[in-house]
Amino acid sequence: MGFRGRDVISILDFTREDLEELFGLADYFLSNKRSYKLLEDYVVALAFFEPSTRTRLSFETAAKLLGAKVIGFTSEEGTSLAKGETFADTIRMLDGYADLIVVRHKNEGAALYAAEIAEHPVINAGDGKQHHPTQAMLDLFTIWKLFNRVDGLVYAVVGDLRYGRAASSFIYGLTLFEPEKVYLVSPPLLRARPEVVRVLEEKGVKYEEKRSVEEVISEIDVMYVTRVQKERFPDPLEYERVKGSYRITLKLLEKAKDHMKILHPLPRVDEIDPEVDSTRHAAYFTQARFGVPVRMALLSLIVGVKP
Amino acid sequence: MSPERASLTVSKIRDGTVIDHIPAGKALTVLRILSITGKEGLRTAVLMNVESRKLGRKDIIKIENRELSSKEVNAIALVAPTATINIIRNYVVHKKLRVEVPENIVGILRCPNPTCITNRPREPVTPRFKVTSKSPLVLQCVYCGTIIREDEIEKLLTA
Repeated sequence: MGFRGRDVISILDFTREDLEELFGLADYFLSNKRSYKLLEDYVVALAFFEPSTRTRLSFETAAKLLGAKVIGFTSEEGTSLAKGETFADTIRMLDGYADLIVVRHKNEGAALYAAEIAEHPVINAGDGKQHHPTQAMLDLFTIWKLFNRVDGLVYAVVGDLRYGRAASSFIYGLTLFEPEKVYLVSPPLLRARPEVVRVLEEKGVKYEEKRSVEEVISEIDVMYVTRVQKERFPDPLEYERVKGSYRITLKLLEKAKDHMKILHPLPRVDEIDPEVDSTRHAAYFTQARFGVPVRMALLSLIVGVKP
Repeated sequence: MSPERASLTVSKIRDGTVIDHIPAGKALTVLRILSITGKEGLRTAVLMNVESRKLGRKDIIKIENRELSSKEVNAIALVAPTATINIIRNYVVHKKLRVEVPENIVGILRCPNPTCITNRPREPVTPRFKVTSKSPLVLQCVYCGTIIREDEIEKLLTA
C-alpha cells in the first residue's frame, strides 16, 4: 500500500512489505548521514501534548536533516489548550500551518481523531497507552539490523504490558512478521490488554504469558524491556505494588544466549541495572540512535520523496 | 397469563409501534434507548415477563403515535437482538422490521475507557465502535481499541 500521503496511527495499518521498504531507506540514511533538501518546502508540526525527549528530538532532528521547517510545542502549558481550546481546534490550526503533523497525546485515540480532522498526514507519536507506531518501526529496524531478520526469533516482551504503548506496538509489529515465539512477561497486574492478545491470536502468533524473565531467559533471542508506566496508573497504590517487581541484572544474564540482545524504548528507571549497559547484550542505546534514520525514512516516504 | 390473554388486556393501537420478542426484563432498557420516560404523553403499554413460545418469557412494548428511526432500531439490537418491530398504521401492520446488529455503532454508547479521547470533556468527538462479533455480541472502540462484551453494553448506553 505504501506510505505516500498516509496517516501513521497504528503499526497494524502497515504491511511487512511497507516496513521492509522503510528499513531499506532508513539503512540508507544511517550510512549516509548528512543534511538533505528533500523536505525543503515543507513545514512539520510537532504537537506534543505530553512530555517526550527521544521521540520529539529524533523527529525534530530527522525533519531538520531533511531540510524541513519545524514548528510545535512540548506541553499543553503555553498553548491555547490551557485557555480551554479543544484538541480539535488546535489540530485545525496546525493543519493550516503545516504539511505534516506529529502528535503525542495522553488520550488513546487522539491521533486517529486528529487524522479525521486534519487534511494533512498525521503521525502518531504516542496516544496514551495504545499505540506508538514509530517506536515499533525503529525497534523492528534495530532487530533487522542486529540479526538481519525479524522472523524466526524468540522474543520476550517484559514489563508493563498493560499501560505501555511501546510494548503494545512492538507486539503488534511482531505480528506482521513470523516470530518463532513471543513470551509476554509481566506481573499479573500488568498483563497485556485483551485487544493486544486478540491480535496475537488472530494472526496465529505462538505466544505464552509468563510471570518472570528467569523462566525464559535461556530460550530467547531478543528481550524487549519496558518501564512501569507510573503516569498511567489510575491508582498510585497500585503503582507502589508493582514498581521494582522486575529487574534485569548481570546475574540473570548469565543464563542468556551469547547473541541475546536487550532492547528498551527508554527512558528506563530501575528495570535494567546500569551494569548491563557494558555487556554485549545491551542494544538500547543503539536502538535509540536509530530513531533518527527511521523517522527520516518515514517522513520522506509519507511526503513521497527519495534521496 | 398466556400471550393471548396478555394481548387481550391491552387495546390495539391505531398508529404507532409494537416491539415484540424483547428478552424478558429488557423492556425498560428499550424504553430508555427510545428516551420514553412517560412524560412525553404517548400512550404506551409495557408488558413484562409474559409467556412466549419462542423465548419462554418475553417483554412487549406498544407505543402510540411514535415510529422508530433506523438509528433507534439499531440501538435496540444491542440490548434486545431477538426483538421484532411492527409499525402500525390505521390498526394494521404497515411494516415489519427485524432488528439487526449493525457493523458499526456511532454514538448510542460511551466508551468504558476513561482516558479514551471520546471521554475527553468538551471535545466534539462521537464515540464509534466496530462490531467484531454478533453472537455473542462483542464491540471494539475505534479510537482506543477497548473491547466491550455483551454484558457491559447496557450500562454504557448514553440514551
